[in-house]
Amino acid sequence: MNTLFPKYKLLLFTLLSILVLNACSDPAEVENVATGKFKIEFDNYVGTKNLVLNSVTYQNAQNEDFTVSKFDYYISNIKLTRADGSSYTVPQDSSYFLIREDIKASQIALLNNVPIGDYKTIEFMVGVDSLRNTAPIEKLKGVLDQTGGMDGMYWQWNSGYIHMKLEGTSPVGNPVNNKFYYHIGLYGGYNERTVNNTRIVKLPLGDLTASVTGQKSPEVHLIVDLLKVFNGPGTNLSIKQQEQSQKVANNYAHMFTVDHIH
Amino acid sequence: MPWLTAAILLLCLWSCGGDNKEPDPTPIKTGPTPVTWKKPAHFPDPVYNLSRNPLTEEGIELGRHLFYDGILSRTNNVGCGTCHQPQAAFTHHGHDLSHGVDDKLGVRNSPSTQNLAWNTSFFWDGGVHDLDMLPFVPIENPVEMDIKVSDVLEKLRKTPNTNSKVPIDYPKMFQEAFGTNEINAERMMKALSQFMLTMVSANSKYDYFKSGDANALNTQEKEGLLLFQKNCSSCHQGELFTDYSFRNNGLMPMRNDDQGRFGVTSLVIDKYKFKVPSLRNVGYTAPYMHDGRYYTLEEVLDHYTDSVQQMETLDPVFIRPNSKPGITLTNAEKQSIIAFLKTLSDDQFISNPKLADPGIGNAN
Repeated sequence: MNTLFPKYKLLLFTLLSILVLNACSDPAEVENVATGKFKIEFDNYVGTKNLVLNSVTYQNAQNEDFTVSKFDYYISNIKLTRADGSSYTVPQDSSYFLIREDIKASQIALLNNVPIGDYKTIEFMVGVDSLRNTAPIEKLKGVLDQTGGMDGMYWQWNSGYIHMKLEGTSPVGNPVNNKFYYHIGLYGGYNERTVNNTRIVKLPLGDLTASVTGQKSPEVHLIVDLLKVFNGPGTNLSIKQQEQSQKVANNYAHMFTVDHIH
Repeated sequence: MPWLTAAILLLCLWSCGGDNKEPDPTPIKTGPTPVTWKKPAHFPDPVYNLSRNPLTEEGIELGRHLFYDGILSRTNNVGCGTCHQPQAAFTHHGHDLSHGVDDKLGVRNSPSTQNLAWNTSFFWDGGVHDLDMLPFVPIENPVEMDIKVSDVLEKLRKTPNTNSKVPIDYPKMFQEAFGTNEINAERMMKALSQFMLTMVSANSKYDYFKSGDANALNTQEKEGLLLFQKNCSSCHQGELFTDYSFRNNGLMPMRNDDQGRFGVTSLVIDKYKFKVPSLRNVGYTAPYMHDGRYYTLEEVLDHYTDSVQQMETLDPVFIRPNSKPGITLTNAEKQSIIAFLKTLSDDQFISNPKLADPGIGNAN
């Protein structure tokens, strides 16, 4: 054994003591940490009706019938602002959520360790920002892991996340099988400029306040109206149609409204 | 709390054991063995960030097994090494286009996986910019390996499979490479990258010439080098023999109208542009061009002198005043250039046993 051993031993013992003491300390002390939980629910609607996959036929503003088989989108870079203008930005690594209509649990973005305060505005990005799109693989975990049940929200041959997928059937869809696919990606490009279809959404809570206290965790209930995605000509879209994809991105930036807080 | 004291002491022993720099009489292997990646002296700095994925013997060995193992395909018989074979400098020998699972045919010629550490982008259209993200493409492509990477991970976790031709214990290999037997996408891709990063070709006759052996090239080859520098090196530049740009070299579009880089960027100026390929080992990598339409280097040079198509996005280097587009070369000059190009063949590289199939592949 080398001579460093006693020093290390002492250091480790000290560290462990702190850990052990901490673990055994009064639970009241833990609550001194001035944070709480904050939830944002993304409740997908079609106009005034709650979205039901596959079985219900809806109509868009152009009176085109359609059904929906898939509605997925990324929410990221969440920022909460208080009445005095000060804000809390959720740490990057905990700020990516994939909202999937077919998975109920995915529709609530749970934010831990939010500082206590009265929040008046919610801000987030629809999609995955360019930094994370070009981040190394060790930074692509959870809903960003292509092998982690993210439902194919990635273009592998043209590296990049798909910000939003909306799929279904319509008499005006693909003439072969009546299906339609909106796959909207592109984050601005890595070594050559492309369009950037991420969108920032800022939702003032108006008369409502989302208060994080030691005891209370607010849940902000958002209505997400997918009819807004069709707020323009309904066509099949692919990556080759960058201009049209921008129009859809402009549309989905407006599909969120604050409904209530509980 | 005697148990606590014991636990602390145990922890201390464990921790200090790892820090012990003195050689132990009976060495216990505590982790993977680091490997120093060496840049050939005359090469530029690599693009790949090696500090994010330090090479180890065990990581490279795992990557080598993954590279050649058909378990990466839906049908268990198509590995990376099926279309990237060492003897063809990691291309698909004799194949203009490659066949994947169920003999489905792809649309582009299999590019070499050599010297990838210097690539600024991957594939003929440059759609991927990170080596660690590259394997997702062929693995999930329906005409190549046609399987979700998540399903590959699941298969790897269930090894050793006694039904395999050569049962490999992947959980054990991941443990040796990364410390625990967890198998995830990051580890799989990093192991593949580690192996591919060792595919460095820098020992050709040309390299010996470059490092001072004036006799490494004969008279015709030297003449070819000068002609190459004059006529070809504006695109095939530097020691990697490419500037990694995307250019239209005047190939008549085929029936499938592959528009190359345009498919990635949607920019009209990128129509029919493809990546300038490296020419290292070009003597081994026939057939040529993004669709493998030319089987010999003679045909390639004949294209540049006689068959370059006038197209809107044609690269300006092919514009000849008062003549149809192309490059002007005599037959003798072409022969010299070809003689030079063959000095880029690296026999040590293609026969390096460390890069070879460890006996599990299905190359055909």
